[in-house]
Parts: sequence; C-alpha cells; structure tokens
Amino acid sequence: MEKPLTQHIVPGRKPLNLKEYEAVGGYASVRKVLKELTPAEVQNLVKDSNLRGRGGAGFNTGLKWSFVPMGPDAPATKYLVANADEMEPGTFKDRVLLEGNPHQLLEGMIVAAYAIQANISYVFLRWAYKLAAKEITQAIAEAYEAGYLGKNILGTGYHLEMHLHTGVGRYMCGEETALLNALEGKRANPRAKPPFPQVSGLFGKPTIVNNVETLCCLPHIINNGAEWFKGLGKGPDAGTKLYGVSGRVKSPGCWELPMGTPIREILEEHAGGMQDGYLFRGLLPGGASTDFLVEEHLDLPMDYGSIQAAGSRMGTGTMIILDDQTCPVGFVLNLQHFFAQESCGFCTPCRDGLPWVERLLLAIDKGEGRPEDMQALEFHTKYLGPGNTFCALAPGAMEPLQSALKYFREDFEQHIVEHHCPWSTVWQPSI
Amino acid sequence: MATIYIDNLPYEVTAGKNLLEACLTLGFDLPYFCWHPAMGSIGACRQCAVKVYRDENDKTGKLFMSCMEQVRDNLRVSIADLEAKEFRAHVIGWLMTNHPHDCAVCDEGGSCHLQDMTVMTGHNYRQYRFDKKTYVNQYLGPFLNHEMNRCIQCYRCVRYYKDYAGGKDLDVFAAHNHLYFGRHEDGVLESEFSGNLAEVCPTGVFTDKTLKQHYTRKWDLTTAPSICHHCSLGCNIVAGERYGSLRNITNRYNGEVNGYFLCDRGRFGYEHVNSMSRIRKSLVRTQLPEATDKYKALQAASISLKGGRVIGIGSPRASMESNFALRTLVGEDKFYHGVSDVEHDLAALALRILRTGAARTPSLIDVERADAVFILGEDLTNTAPMLALAVRQSVRQQPILEQVSKAKIPVWQDAAVRELLQTEKGPLFIAASAETKLDELATKSYYDSPDAIARLGFAVASFIHEDSPPVRGLSDEEEALAQQIAMALLAAQNPLIISGTSSGSDRVLKASANIADALCAQEKGAGIVLTLPECNSMGLAIMGGHKLESAFQAILNGYADTVIVLENDLYRRAGTEAVDAFFQACQQVIVLDHLHHATTEQASILLAAGAFAEADGTLINNEGRAQRFYQVYPTTEDIQESWRWLGELGTIVAHDEIVKWEGFEDIQKAMGKEIPELEGIKATAPPADFRIAGQKIPRAPHRFSGRTAMLANINVSEPKPPEDPDNPMTYTMEGYRGQPPSSMIPFFWAPGWNSVQATNKYQQEVGGPLRGGDPGVRLIEPTASSEVIFSTAIPQHFQPLADHLFMLPLYHIFGSEELSAKSPAIIERIPEPYVAINQDDAVRLKLEEGQLLSFRIEGQAFELPVKINPTIPTGTAGLPIGLPATPYIELPAWAILNGQIQWKQQHQTTF
Amino acid sequence: MLTAEEKHQIEHEISLVPTRKAACIEALKIVQQNRGWISDSSLAEVAEFVDMSPAELDSVATFYNLIFRRPVGRHVILLCDSISCYVMGYEIIRDHLYNTLGIKYGETTGDGRFTLLPNACLGTCDCAPALMIDNDLYRNLTVEQLEEILNKYT
Ligand SMILES: Cc1cc2nc3c(=O)[nH]c(=O)nc-3n(C[C@H](O)[C@H](O)[C@H](O)COP(=O)(O)O)c2cc1C
Ligand code: SF4
Ligand code: FES
Repeated sequence: MEKPLTQHIVPGRKPLNLKEYEAVGGYASVRKVLKELTPAEVQNLVKDSNLRGRGGAGFNTGLKWSFVPMGPDAPATKYLVANADEMEPGTFKDRVLLEGNPHQLLEGMIVAAYAIQANISYVFLRWAYKLAAKEITQAIAEAYEAGYLGKNILGTGYHLEMHLHTGVGRYMCGEETALLNALEGKRANPRAKPPFPQVSGLFGKPTIVNNVETLCCLPHIINNGAEWFKGLGKGPDAGTKLYGVSGRVKSPGCWELPMGTPIREILEEHAGGMQDGYLFRGLLPGGASTDFLVEEHLDLPMDYGSIQAAGSRMGTGTMIILDDQTCPVGFVLNLQHFFAQESCGFCTPCRDGLPWVERLLLAIDKGEGRPEDMQALEFHTKYLGPGNTFCALAPGAMEPLQSALKYFREDFEQHIVEHHCPWSTVWQPSI
Repeated sequence: MATIYIDNLPYEVTAGKNLLEACLTLGFDLPYFCWHPAMGSIGACRQCAVKVYRDENDKTGKLFMSCMEQVRDNLRVSIADLEAKEFRAHVIGWLMTNHPHDCAVCDEGGSCHLQDMTVMTGHNYRQYRFDKKTYVNQYLGPFLNHEMNRCIQCYRCVRYYKDYAGGKDLDVFAAHNHLYFGRHEDGVLESEFSGNLAEVCPTGVFTDKTLKQHYTRKWDLTTAPSICHHCSLGCNIVAGERYGSLRNITNRYNGEVNGYFLCDRGRFGYEHVNSMSRIRKSLVRTQLPEATDKYKALQAASISLKGGRVIGIGSPRASMESNFALRTLVGEDKFYHGVSDVEHDLAALALRILRTGAARTPSLIDVERADAVFILGEDLTNTAPMLALAVRQSVRQQPILEQVSKAKIPVWQDAAVRELLQTEKGPLFIAASAETKLDELATKSYYDSPDAIARLGFAVASFIHEDSPPVRGLSDEEEALAQQIAMALLAAQNPLIISGTSSGSDRVLKASANIADALCAQEKGAGIVLTLPECNSMGLAIMGGHKLESAFQAILNGYADTVIVLENDLYRRAGTEAVDAFFQACQQVIVLDHLHHATTEQASILLAAGAFAEADGTLINNEGRAQRFYQVYPTTEDIQESWRWLGELGTIVAHDEIVKWEGFEDIQKAMGKEIPELEGIKATAPPADFRIAGQKIPRAPHRFSGRTAMLANINVSEPKPPEDPDNPMTYTMEGYRGQPPSSMIPFFWAPGWNSVQATNKYQQEVGGPLRGGDPGVRLIEPTASSEVIFSTAIPQHFQPLADHLFMLPLYHIFGSEELSAKSPAIIERIPEPYVAINQDDAVRLKLEEGQLLSFRIEGQAFELPVKINPTIPTGTAGLPIGLPATPYIELPAWAILNGQIQWKQQHQTTF
Repeated sequence: MLTAEEKHQIEHEISLVPTRKAACIEALKIVQQNRGWISDSSLAEVAEFVDMSPAELDSVATFYNLIFRRPVGRHVILLCDSISCYVMGYEIIRDHLYNTLGIKYGETTGDGRFTLLPNACLGTCDCAPALMIDNDLYRNLTVEQLEEILNKYT
C-alpha cells in the first residue's frame, strides 16, 4: 500500500532535514515544475488528478487555482497561504504532516505558488503547534539556504518568499477569508464571497489558501502523474487520505490510507476497535462540524460521495467516537459550547443563536429541559444552515446537533421527561 | 434598468444596485439593520433575508441576504415567502436575547429602528428563557450617552465612526456574543462627527445627551425644517421643540448637501437658543424698568428713527430677509455690511470667482465624487466640517473608479471594496498654515504662510495652463510639488479645488481661481469650492453694503447719529477701541439680537429677536444655494424675527416701501425686484397660501400627545393654536397627513417607520434625491461664456521679521463660531486660548510648552500659553480665532514680541 | 516603553508585511512573550509603534483567545476541554487541578505561579486528555502525573 504523504514520517524520530529529504527524492517536483512545466500545465495536471481540498470542503484544487488571474494583466503581487490552523475539534492530521515532514509541505507550497505565479507565501500555523513551528522555521531557513526559496529559484528566474505566521487562537482563523484578515493583523471575521480570495484576497491581492494535507499531495502528483494519483484511491476519489480516530478506541491515531477505505476497517483494524467495556454508538466522521453516523453506516467507504449520501460529510477525515458511556447530550453540549465560544460575533444567527443552543442543551443536560426545547433546537438547526449565516461555522455547528436529534432523540427526551441526566454526568461549560 | 420578479410580479429597477435598495425603493417594507444607504452592505445582521429562485421552475428557492445580492435581469425573489418571514422574525428573536426590553425608559423609544423592525417582522413573543448579559457603559463626553446593553451588534457604529468618518477612538472589542462597541477606555469621543452615531445606531446605544437634559419623545416634539446656522455650508436640519424650548437637532436629508450626516457643532450647538443669555424682552435703557413690551420698544425705536440720521449695520448670521429689511429701512446707501472689511472683501472676491470663473461650484455630494482634490489654506474640519467629511469620501473615488470597477465588485459591497483598496487613496493635496485633520489622507501636505500657499497655487495653475502666470523663485521642492499636483489634477476626470476665506488672504483665493480656470481651459470638469466665514456670508456678499469702517466714519464724522445693529456683535468685527469709540459717538444705538453680548451692552434700545428656531428666513450657503428655514415654535409676543421688527418700525415711520409689505413674502418679492440675482429665493419654498388637499402641513406628528394638558397649569381651557402667517405650516398635528414638498419636511415618519430611517420613504430612489428634488435653489452658475482671465497677483516670498511673528488664524470647530459657543455641551469642548509656535521659534524665544508668550498686534496686547506645533512655519505663529473672551484681531497680521505688556482678558457677558 | 530588542523584533515582523499595522498581532505576541500579558500601557506603546490607535489595536487584541489583556501567573495552564478530551474524561484532570491549585478557570494562584484556562482542542485528540503549560504539551494525562508535571514549574 502506497503512503506517499507519510512514507518518510517515523513517529518519535526527528523529521528529515533538507539533505535527507533530497536524498529520498525531495524537491524533485520543484525542479520539474520550474524547469519543465508552465503554470497552466501545473494547474491542469492538478485539476486532472482530481485532488480535492483536504481542509473540509473538498473542492477540486486545480479548479480553485484556475480562478486566479494569470498573465501580464494580473496584479503583480499574488499570495499563497498554507492553512495550518487546524483547530477543528477531534482533528490532528495536519499536525502529523507538519511535525513529521515539514519539507514536504514547503515543496508542495512552492509547486502551488508557481502554479498561480505567487511570489509571497505564508504558513498560517496554529499557535498550539509549537514543535511544528520549530520544524517549519528550520525547514524554511534550509530551503532559503538551498535556493528553493528567495530570488531566482534554481536559476529559473522564479522568485518566492515564505514566512511563518503563528496565530493567537481562534477557530475562525481556519476559515480561509477570516485567516486572511488575521494575517492582515485584523479581527478574524470572515469576508463575503464573492469576491473570492482568488480575485481579492490577502491585502486585496489574488490569493490561494490551501490546506496542509492538500499541499502535501502536490509533489507526489507532479512526480508520479495524475493517473497514478487517481489510482491510489479505492473509490471515485483520488489519492490517499490521512484518517484519524479519537475517543474510546483501543489505539487512537492517524493513518494514511487509500481514499475510500471503509469506516469499519479504519475503526477496527487500525484503531483496534472499541475499548473493553465500551460500546459504539456513533461517530463524527470528519471533525466536530460533521453529522453523526451510526452503526448502520460503518461499512461505508470514507469518500466524499458516500459520506455525503449518508447525510454527513467527509470533513477532515478524523473521526470522533461516541460511546455508550458518554451522554450524547453532554457530547453535543460540549461541541456547541466550542462553537458558541469560537463564533466571531459578526452575524446574528451564529453570534446569538449558538449561545442559545448551548443554554438549551445545558438546561436539558441538567434536567431542566422542557418539551418545547426540542423545537427550539430544531429551528436552530434549520435556520443556522448554509447561506443563512455569514460563513460556514454555524452551519457546521448544526451538523452534529441535527443528526444527534435524529439518532439520539430518545436520550434527549429522556433527560427532559426524567428531569436528570441518565448518565448523571452534567458537563459544565467553562466561563 | 432591469426587470426583477418579486412574488411573481415584474418590477423595473436600477441594475447594479443591491436587491434591498431596490425593494425599499419600490416601497416594500423589508427589514434591515447593518445596511445603511450611505455606507453600503456587509451582510452581518441577516435581517434582510428573502427567497431567491433560480428560475421560474424553481419552487423551493433559497434564502439570500437581499443587501448582498446584486440586482440583475430576471431575478426572481419572494419577500412574502413563509420561510423568509419566519427567518426574519427569528433574527429579531436572536438580536433580542440580550436586549433589555427597556423601551419605556429608552431615549430611542418611539423613534427606534429596532422597534420598527420588530413590529415589521411580527416577532411578538420572547422565546429565549435564559438570563441576559449586562455591560458596563462608558462616559463618552458631553454629546452622547452610551447604553451598551441595548446593542444589537449591527456594526453600524464602528463602520460609520471609523470607516466612514475616520475616527480612531471607537471600535468593537472581544468576540462572539461578548462584543462591545465603545472606546477602549472612558473618555470624550474625539471625532467631530460623533453625533451621527445617535442616528446611525438603530437602537438606543448612542443617544443625544443634550436631548436627555430635556427629554421629549419624537412624537411629542414640534418640529420644523431648518438650516444649520453654524457655518457656511447650510446643512439641512430638523429642529424640535417642546414647552417653548428647543430640544434637539436631527439631520434633515438633503441628497445634494449634507446627505445623512451633520457635524457635532451643528447638532449640539443649538442650545444657545435656550441659553441664560437670551434676550427675552426688549430693553429701553433710558427708562425704568428697562425691560419693556413690544409696543413700548417699537415706540421708543421709532422715535429714535424719526429724530435721527440713521445708518444700518447688517450681519452674515442674519437671514436675507432681515438684512434686506434693514437695508430698505435705512436705504441702500446707509446700509453697511457688518463684517470686517477684509472679510467682506474676501467674501466678495469668492462671490466674483463663482460668478465669473469658469468652474462650477459643486454641492457636497459632488465633492464626494471628485477624483483629485487640492485644498488651499483651509482647515476644513474646523471651518466647514461637513466638507471635510465629503473630502474623506472623495479620496476613495479614484481607486474605486480604477480598481473596484475593474475587479467587478459592486461599490455598495462596502467590506469588499475596502478590502480591495486597502490603504489606497486618490490624490489629495493640502496646503495649509499648519497641520489639519485631513492630512492623514493627503498624498502630500504643505505647511507655509498664506503667501507661500498662494505661490504654490499659482505655480500649479501655470503648470496646468501656460496662460496662467508662472511663479519665479520657487524652491526645487515647491516646484516639484506644484508639478505633481498639476499632474494629478490633470489626470483626474473631476478635479476639485477647495479654498476659502479663513486664511484671510485674497491671494490664496486668486491662486485657487487660477487653478480652477486653468483646468477648465484644459476642458476638465473641474469644480471649485470656497468656504465662507458664516451661515449667510454669501447672502450678505450678494446683497452688498458699505464697509464697516465707513459706518464708523459716518458716525464719527457726524454724517449720522443713530445706528441699527442687526444680529451682530461688532466687538467680533473690529478692535475694541474702535468699536467703543463708535458707540460713544452714537446718539442712539438700536440693536436687534437674541443673545446678550458686548454690543447689546451698548444698546440704548435692544429689540428681542427670534433665534433661528423662532424665525422664518432664507440663508445662502457657500455654493450660492438659497435655503429656507422655518420657525419651529411660536414665541411670546415680545420676541419676533428681526425682519418683522424692522418691518413694523418701517410701517410706524411710514417708510414708502415698507408700508406696502404685508408679510414675509412681500420682503422676498421686494428683494427679488431690487436685487435680481436673489429673485430665485422665492422658489426655495411654497408660498404661505400653499395647501395640499386644502390643508396645511403640520409641524407636530399625528401622535403628538398632551396638547390639551400641556398648558393646564396656566389655563384649563385649551387656547386656540397659534397661527403662522408666514408659511403653510401649522403648529399642531392638524393638517395634511401625506408627504409635504421636499423643502418643507418637518420630520421623517412613515407608517411602520418611526425612526429616522423613514427617510427612505421620502426619496425618489433610496439614497438618492428627495421626491420632487432636493431642496434649495442655486443662485450662482458660471456663465457658459465665462472667459478665462488669470489673476497675476502673485505674492512675494514670505520673509520672517526679527522680533516679530506673523500671526495666522487657527480655527476650532468648538469655539470659533459665535452662537454654538454659547451651548453648554459645546462649551465643554472649547479649548483655552493659546498661541502655537514651532520648535525652532520656541527655542529661539526660550519658551517651553505652556509658558506664556507676550505679544502685541495692532496695539492689542496678548499674553498666552505656548503650544508647540511642529507644522507651524518658522517665523509664523497660530492664534485661535473667535474663542470666547478673546479680543477681536484681524489676522493674519504681524505680532510684535514684547516682554512687558499687560494682557487683559476681555470681560465676558454673563446673564 | 518598548525595549530596543522588542522594537527590533517587531520591525522584523513589519518587514514581512506591506503595512506596519499588518504586523500588529505579531507585535502583541512579542510583547506578551516578554511581559506575560498586554497591559493598557503596553497596548498603547505597541499601538503607537505600529501606527494604530489604542482602540483599533485593542479591538484586535481582545478578539483573540491568547492575547492576555489581564495579568496572568508565571505559567499558564491551558487545559483542553474539547470533544475528544471530554469523551476521555478530562474533567477528572480539571477537578484535580482545581483542588491542588485552589483556583478555578480564569484564576491565578495566590503566589502568582499558575493561571488556569480552558482551551479549545489542542489538536492531539488521539492522546486525550491533554494540556499545555507555557510551551510544553502533555498528553495521555492521568491524575497521577499531574504533581510531577506541575513541579517542573516554579
Ligand atoms: C469555521 C471554519 C474553520 C475552518 N478551519 C480550517 C482549518 O483549520 N484548516 C483548514 O485547512 N481548513 C479549514 N477550513 C476550511 C477553509 O475555509 C478552506 O476551505 C480550506 O483551507 C481550503 O483548503 P483546501 O481547498 O485545500 O481544502 C475551515 C472552514 C471553516 C468554515
Ligand atoms: S452600538 Fe448600535 S450601531 Fe453599534 S453595533 Fe450596537 S446597535 Fe449597532
Ligand atoms: S441589512 Fe442585509 S444582512 Fe444586514
């Protein structure tokens, strides 16, 4: 089984330095694109590879690039940003790539930057990833030293600067337009689209924001071709994917597997199945802002289409398991507390709706729920949906709630009818 | 135009606008919060949701925010859709989770956009059953009250204050539902335009603190359309009264002049009308008691008139009608304009430039659309504040034209436009005697003496057109700057020159005219704006009159012995000694005014005039726009408009002309006949016998309450409402219930729209002109045949003098203007007198900040604390002008430095 | 007053972006790194240095979770309270910290040694529960390890 992204990552070992990385074929794709391919060819190659964004939305990466103005009339400054803000609860896949093989990210970024002819790039790194910050800082320094960054890269005349920016904590910073505001030294409120960042992004200039995992796929696509990449997936989706599992399983972790690996295989073979004494009740397939899947879905392949057909989303591909000893109301309450706290406060439904949802769930969890609270929760799931709020945070927040109301309804009702939590675990949100 | 379908019916709308604007223009009641017609859309509140359908087969549709959707042909939407309605109602539900529901004690109650929108969406019952948050409020200074608990987080306040008006000390703090809108610490809001927050905020977070002192609900105010009297721009205002005192000023939309906003001087300067130093009864100084009734006063005055040889001194802050009545009463040859000679000459020059120059003077709305601006010798924020706000918008024009349209971003999509433009600004050049608040926007600022500014201006003109005379002896930098400015102006489509009288230099004005003419000669759509000192300076300049100096001579030389002073404190016009000598030489001094001041002290007969809110009249602003203001409330019999006093006097003394006048309109007619240029004044407002459906226009809204009880402490039977002979308005709520003509809108109010946002309903197109056209009649247009004649009055280099400082005038929005400086809220903001010098001069004079500098100008001694201002040119100094208790001095002028002089504070009249 | 070193570091960040303002978050981080938190006077100094008004900078500063506008202890404990740690029972850790330190969320120990704050997902969900003290990450926490961990910080 091919594991292009993680092949050189050995847990517990320091990541490869530039020399070592080059020795295993690193930066070959940079040589290739800079010397042999036009930006348009790189864009087309990536489009053909059917690489879909690994940041959660799954948009075709090459297609996304194609909206960047190119040619002599395009603005002189363009930007590429690696989205390494990873703050989606239950998600820890980018961390593996960042800490394990920083040069691979840099290589992908150079390819992407060349494809859109950007001359300045940033890694927007989550504040908590201290080790990754260290590794990336060092990798960038090495890459400058070796002439992969800076002026006249490899003598081709192409020029790219790269800087590391670490955030100061806000889930919103992961949303690509809010991330741009944060990079500009502003409040991380999202921006309206259109205009899309491809046209008016960082500092008002054309900008591409790509997820770390997305970028890490690029060197391999360049080196091995679109067909090879498509062939890596088991189903319709191309490539490999970093899948993760957390919760009460025997060996939680993160593994690179073919796109479309069945959930059950990930859960049982890789994560070792449920811990003794715990039973499976449900899972969030791709981070906190995806809908629950339950027992009946376990044989689905983890690809974009199948998960969507089951009413959820692939999201980040890192699953969180709900077990039978955890109260589903408390579970959802914990998520909603997170989302309410991380709302930027820009639009009304999210800013004022999420705290309301949180209060309702807390009341239910404490045994103070009322039957009409279920309707109140439901109208929020309806009206905090996509398009009704300014960005995708609140709609994402509603996904686990709406599916919990579907799959675990009796648990909610039991709280209300019996006036206490059947698990006797009331989670008290902080502050 | 585009055809859109709203609930399946086709409508024609302007393409390119956003859907919310289009729906509002069509008259639909679609609720909104964060969108503002002057500030565009950001899509934050989510209140304006409608259903949008892909095509006619799409039956489900999807919710979209109408303020973020561009109108396009065949767009299909539904406002009535149940889901859209339910969503909009829920938005209110969300916004209100932490709102205190304190309408009964909230100053906004009854004129609250949040109330209106709540009713509009049909959200009736509170579903949120948990605790509310509370916030600590802030002290924000004398103008505004802060009550953060009422906030609905629409972001309008920061967008207005920071993005639109350039304020730096108000912002949004924290995140999620802990947002806080305010200052980073308690303190006075710094922006000169802060008062607009009271109207921009859709609820009661920011409210008018001066109104709070004598609070009245909107529905209990008697209001009339008026014109701001505090600078030459003539912003349109609504003035509100209850129980005989003026309660507040709110904005009166005029699409061409002030749009949606006012400056703080205009909004909070009104309380001079309620001041303790008001003249409420006429005085005859030769009798006891001095205070007397109207008839005794008239009798005394008419005796003086008949017995004396009379001259009249007019005023730039009195209405056209009052000035004309005086001129008629004393005769044209005995009518003296009441301003310093220099000021008069400058105003006359400005008028000549507008009349004979090639460039047209734009209204403020066109200033916003200028794509290159050059300001000569004006500190606009302090001399013509709303013009500064307009220039602030104009610096965005060029990048919008160039970049935003290229990126195909609709200009109403405010956040996206600002994001794209970043810090990019169009060309703005400022040449002033010291730093101004607009410098932060300027491409380049240049600080020097007025003569140097004029030289720079002349140089710019000569670079633009070869016929304009060149300037010799410029430094290389000045030469380069002049060239840069000339290039920028030539590159623009609508370049604009702004200057005015405040630098006290005719050469600056002439240089400005040369530039404008040069641009016109190059076939540019150039404009020239000239600011003037006071609200009717332009009117007075048109009316003419002899010099004040010759009025003094007339009395001192015995050609006359009696003077009528119209609404004018001559101690603000000429040196104390000269005025004292003048009054001493007069046998009789008849003064008409509404506030006590040094001149009223000298009056042998003082006639109590109505303040602006108690009077009808016409003012002519700096663009030559005649605008009518209306009496807001009837006064006691003892107070009346100056023109009425003068008319009655004329009748008593059987003046040939005046006896024929029956009322206000006859004065206007006579004025038009006498001075043809003023003919147009009549058209500023409908005549007094104007009726709609046989009815007059009510000043009080239909919900006015307590009329039968409000005077019950005096008389239990309700007196007959007073009538107004001068215009077609009633003082009550009786009258026509629809919309009056645009020049006569006493309040903006429409069914379902109780707040000022009802303005939408009065416009032809939301954000556009008022129905029937924006009010005001422009009297001056450049003649098409205007021939370009360039001035050659190029001044010499400015040369500093040993032991002297060339003293330049500095203006303060709060303090330099006479009337507003008598309003308590404004008084809190008036600076102490000082003299500004630069570091080099300070070192030379061995002075540090705060130490006293003694000097003498034209015999007048001063001793003032020093303020170091690095931008003041060496050899010059700045002296704030017009501050209370500072003596009059004509500036610019040479100050003689002198260690031992006696400085005497002018005594202040306090009553 | 900003120290020469602080100014130097901030200038470097400014050199990486088109406007001085754009480096304001980096500037706050640099100052917080040195002083533990951003006091009103620090805020004003940074604001001036990056061409912003205090209000404008505070607007940015108060938006983010990890710019501290109130004093904190010498060490800040950030305890993950998000979903995976919740499922894995982080509450026992929290209660233990409450008891041993005698403080709750948002509080600082009397000796100024620790401030305890809840924190959203630390991105190490496969090793829950987790917490960070200053720059150090601790995962797969058990109550038993806490004493030893805390002892490292004086
Ligand atoms: C609230 C919110 C948080 C997000 N957080 C992240 C994140 O931490 N990392 C990430 O790569 N994408 C995140 N995204 C998705 C990004 O907006 C964006 O789609 C992604 O970075 C694009 O990269 P891709 O095309 O490579 O997937 C988030 C989106 C939302 C709405
Ligand atoms: S303070 Fe007023 S204007 Fe500002 S956000 Fe709150 S409600 Fe809106
Ligand atoms: S008015 Fe449209 S979202 Fe606020």
